[in-house]
Amino acid sequence: MIEVKNISKSFSEKQVLDNVSAVFHKGKTNLIIGGSGSGKTVFMKCMVGLHEVDSGSVNYNNRNFSEMNFRERKTIRKEIGMVFQGGALFDSMNVEKNIIFQLSMFSEMTLEEKIERANAVLKRVNLTNVNHLMPSEISGGMKKRVAIARAIAANPEYLYCDEPNSGLDPKTSIVIDQLIAEITEEYSITTVINTHDMNSVMEIGEKIIFLYKGKKFWEGSKEEILDSDVEEINDFIFASNAMKMLRKQKPSSVK
Amino acid sequence: MGRYLFHIGRYSVFLKGLFIKPERFSVYVRQTLVEMESIGYGSLGLVILISAFMGAVITVQTAYNLVSPLVQTYIVGLVTRDSIIIEFSPTIILLVLGGKVGSSIASEIGTMRVTEQIDALEIMGINPSGYLVVPKIVAAVLIMPFLVIISMCVGIAGGWLAGDLSGVITSTEYVRGLQDSFIPFNVAFAMIKSVTFAFIITSVSAYQGFYTEGGALQVGRSSTAAVVYSSILILIFDYVLTQLFLA
Repeated sequence: MIEVKNISKSFSEKQVLDNVSAVFHKGKTNLIIGGSGSGKTVFMKCMVGLHEVDSGSVNYNNRNFSEMNFRERKTIRKEIGMVFQGGALFDSMNVEKNIIFQLSMFSEMTLEEKIERANAVLKRVNLTNVNHLMPSEISGGMKKRVAIARAIAANPEYLYCDEPNSGLDPKTSIVIDQLIAEITEEYSITTVINTHDMNSVMEIGEKIIFLYKGKKFWEGSKEEILDSDVEEINDFIFASNAMKMLRKQKPSSVK
Repeated sequence: MGRYLFHIGRYSVFLKGLFIKPERFSVYVRQTLVEMESIGYGSLGLVILISAFMGAVITVQTAYNLVSPLVQTYIVGLVTRDSIIIEFSPTIILLVLGGKVGSSIASEIGTMRVTEQIDALEIMGINPSGYLVVPKIVAAVLIMPFLVIISMCVGIAGGWLAGDLSGVITSTEYVRGLQDSFIPFNVAFAMIKSVTFAFIITSVSAYQGFYTEGGALQVGRSSTAAVVYSSILILIFDYVLTQLFLA
């Protein structure tokens, strides 16, 4: 379980997060949604320690991550996998080396065991015969899959995905969403996804947090969000015609 | 002034961050060998080319400037040797390498920063500055003195060839000049300079790349800043070391 307590974050004079609290449970796909500039990415980066919080705390199974130094954080970071918006695959390494990199640094596995693990996670994300390709030689959708494979290679307890389907076509986006949801259930990990894609919200959003101007504005499930009467949420989720049509249907018709 | 103090402070913190125990020593060693090949072997052609012509120009220009019945011709060989050993090979060659290696390091690390690869390293629990920068610094500090020695040999040979072909000095006189009043400490001094400059080039360039913010434009700016600041620091430390050891 990840528990975020009253975190605030400012850059110079600009307050980006204002007293945000949230709880993310194990085995669930938790979505953080909000418009551009709402503070989603900063919120996620504060949770993983890429930004230091000004106040408040982030707790992983009651371990206060915010108060730890770099060395102490290493223990928790080994339990975290993260899929970055652009994949963030290492340019100088092929797909296989990208996946086994963390294992090479921290595990005592032999090379054969690491390659076996890489093949297993690549198979899990439905990729084969890509081991020796460089990141520049694969498509955007494949990069996302490799990034997911890399993130789960070390059996993480927590999986963070920053806009995992940005820049992907709708069909590939659904495949990536379903893959993340399946992996979350299969490995029983706590998954936190940053997105502004309403398709993702309706596909896999078990718990949704809506950020607006740096504040947590709303929290609920995908079924509840369609019935919300909060104006800011409606402005965000019903911005597209497809969602307006969906709203006309009964909430029960939504998967 | 405040901006410079900020950079000096952050550079010091950056250097301190490099001296954290490596996550896996063998990975760092392998990475260092890769960097040694990239920095050393990758720069060899350039070093040989520049050194050969540099030696040739020094010989011909020295001969041109020492046209006097009071100065013996073999002095041209002596001046060429000392100019190459004390100044041209350790300073000019490393200034050129500062441009080549420094911009490469700053743009590589800067691109990793803006594409979140450095964040990915940090999330994995790896000290990004240690993993990315330490192998480069160690590789440069180990390999650049060898490049400087090669540069000295090629420069002196280039001067010999140019002097003989142009007829400004005979081979016999050139060799006599090379052997006359040789001070072995000059070579040691050149090694001290090359190690210092190698550290400056890699650490300053890595610092510039590591703190890149933005996109492609900022990566280019970091790369330029890396070359400019490392060149200025090389010239400052060249004077400081000369004052310390030769004055």
